[in-house]
Amino acid sequence: MRLAEAWRVALDALRANRLRSALTMLGVIIGVASVVILVAIGTGTKQKVEQQVEGLGSNLLLVVPGRIDVGSAPALSPLTLDDVDAVSRVVGDPDRVAVTVASGATVRAGARSDFSTVQGVLETTPAVFTRELARGRYLTGSDVDTSRRVAVLGASVARALFPDRDPVGQQVTVSGVRFRVIGVFAPLGQSLGVDRDDEVHVPVTAAQRLYGTQRIDGIAVKAPDRERIDELGGRIVAELTRRHPGTEFSAVTQEQILGVLGDILGILTGVLAAIAGISLLVGGVGVSNIMLVSVRERTREIGLRKAVGARPRDIGVQFLLEAVLLTSIGGLTGMALGVGTALTVAAVSPIPAAVTWWSLALAFGVSAAVGIVFGVVPAQRAGRLDPVVALRSE
Amino acid sequence: MTAPAIEAVDVSRTYQLDGVSVPALRGVSLTVAPGDYVALVGPSGSGKSTLMHLLGGLDRPTGGRLAIGGREVGSLSPGELAALRNETIGFVFQAFHLLPRTSAVDNVALPLVYRGVGARQRRERAAAMLGRVGLGHRLDHRPNQLSGGEQQRVAIARALVTDPTVLLADEPTGNLDSVTGAAVLELLERLNAESGVALVMVTHDHEVAARARRRIAMRDGVVVADSADERHDPPVSAGTGRPDTLVPAPSAESRSASGSGPGHPSGGTGGAAGATGRRAGEGPAGDAPAVPADEEAVP
Repeated sequence: MRLAEAWRVALDALRANRLRSALTMLGVIIGVASVVILVAIGTGTKQKVEQQVEGLGSNLLLVVPGRIDVGSAPALSPLTLDDVDAVSRVVGDPDRVAVTVASGATVRAGARSDFSTVQGVLETTPAVFTRELARGRYLTGSDVDTSRRVAVLGASVARALFPDRDPVGQQVTVSGVRFRVIGVFAPLGQSLGVDRDDEVHVPVTAAQRLYGTQRIDGIAVKAPDRERIDELGGRIVAELTRRHPGTEFSAVTQEQILGVLGDILGILTGVLAAIAGISLLVGGVGVSNIMLVSVRERTREIGLRKAVGARPRDIGVQFLLEAVLLTSIGGLTGMALGVGTALTVAAVSPIPAAVTWWSLALAFGVSAAVGIVFGVVPAQRAGRLDPVVALRSE
Repeated sequence: MTAPAIEAVDVSRTYQLDGVSVPALRGVSLTVAPGDYVALVGPSGSGKSTLMHLLGGLDRPTGGRLAIGGREVGSLSPGELAALRNETIGFVFQAFHLLPRTSAVDNVALPLVYRGVGARQRRERAAAMLGRVGLGHRLDHRPNQLSGGEQQRVAIARALVTDPTVLLADEPTGNLDSVTGAAVLELLERLNAESGVALVMVTHDHEVAARARRRIAMRDGVVVADSADERHDPPVSAGTGRPDTLVPAPSAESRSASGSGPGHPSGGTGGAAGATGRRAGEGPAGDAPAVPADEEAVP
């Protein structure tokens, strides 16, 4: 029998039992759709994270105490502003070095308040990280040197505290200390799960006084070029280790952060896809089941086909194609449903979703393979039926 | 003399049912010549359906030698056997066995599908064949839109569309009223005469059997009479040729005589062995309602 003929026969058989075919496909449809959706969400999240890490600025080197690794706890920082000066000397350009000492604090303005992250920073921050102002000005070197109590508000802080006024020139209170607002950031959105519009930047010296500490949490360096970034990191770490014997420091690049995050998100996406894959497997079992029923129901037809000259292989191929057709059509429908849902989710919710071609190809391939795997047993059973017995069946 | 279309030598078929061997055929020898017109008669469980399945290559003997179209059945794989059926055998069943939801022309074309004939040629040949059975105006009707007689004509067209050498018909008129049945029978006879296809027909109907040029009577898994033998050797069974008389009285020699051909007063109902054979035959060959087995053969 020609293969084209076998496809036609298989399609006819599916048409003859439309409802049953549709219900059988549903298992595959749901399985494929969930694989596509979950992989899309995983991929979308990863892409967004990458964008955000890259959006911090280019050629960034983050220097923190301890090791940056999956599962390691943040260490208490021994770094001080003296270390920052030392790092600046290593880098050779103080404008490329930024610091942060951050703490959550309630910021008040009149009767309104907002819980935000108050960061003590140097005036170099906008040059090192990518930050743009919507209004006013940023901190200056003299603000930092004189511990001036001035603050630059994140977009959402500004909106919360001064919904109807220009915040610039207004007063805010952080832990009972008054600060004058000199600028407002342009909105940035979320980055790595942190609302970056919820930040309030104050001079690092003022923040240290506010918190009663000399420490700083971390140093960020904008390397002059990408090629020498690892070497520069090594020198910075060496200098800091010399200054703080016995303490470990890490200088991580964006690539390294992305690598670590990518690994985590990759595992997460894999787990989600595997769970969705299980439903695809269950769908496959359903196909197998229905094909067995179909073989039994059509035993007489099989007997007749054999009587008029169908070889066991012809019958086997016919039923195998039927199973593959079931899962392939289910797979295509599931793909369409998955893509549609993923795009809708991405459009109407904050959950990012990016449909990738490879996930579609994989989902379709897997669904067709499921048809083959779960169609083989019923097909073999059909092919091996004794024509005499088959013809006599009810 | 042309080569026989089918040649069976001492063919037996034993079924294994729950570990028990039950013989359905116990040594049958016969040849079907090209253009033959044979009626296969015998009571239910006599093994005629089993023999029919063997002659049609649907089943393989467990003993003896069976050649269809000169090819030894025992040495063929299921796939080769299927191809052999496709090339040499046409089947007509009592229950028609047409595919539902499939037009008459597609039903008729079905054997050609497995022969690898292209769609257009299939349709042409199937339509021509339907024309020969008088259904040229019913090409695209589905089985449920056709009468019983028309359905059986479609089945006959399907059996003959491959130009087989042997047409095996299992109770072809069994599901039809007498008028329709007679018309179908006439059609089969006409096709037999016109195209030279050998017609082997299993029947319970004595009137039907009486029309055949040759009658083979079976009982308890053996051939008890073959009118072809009578012509060569008249004294054996001085019968009239009517099928009733082709079944001799029970004989103690039944087993040793089975299938040994002319010259023996062969019979098959003798003793316990016969009873076993009959019961056994009903399992695999249970094509008939539960009537007393001997009723029709010996009225």
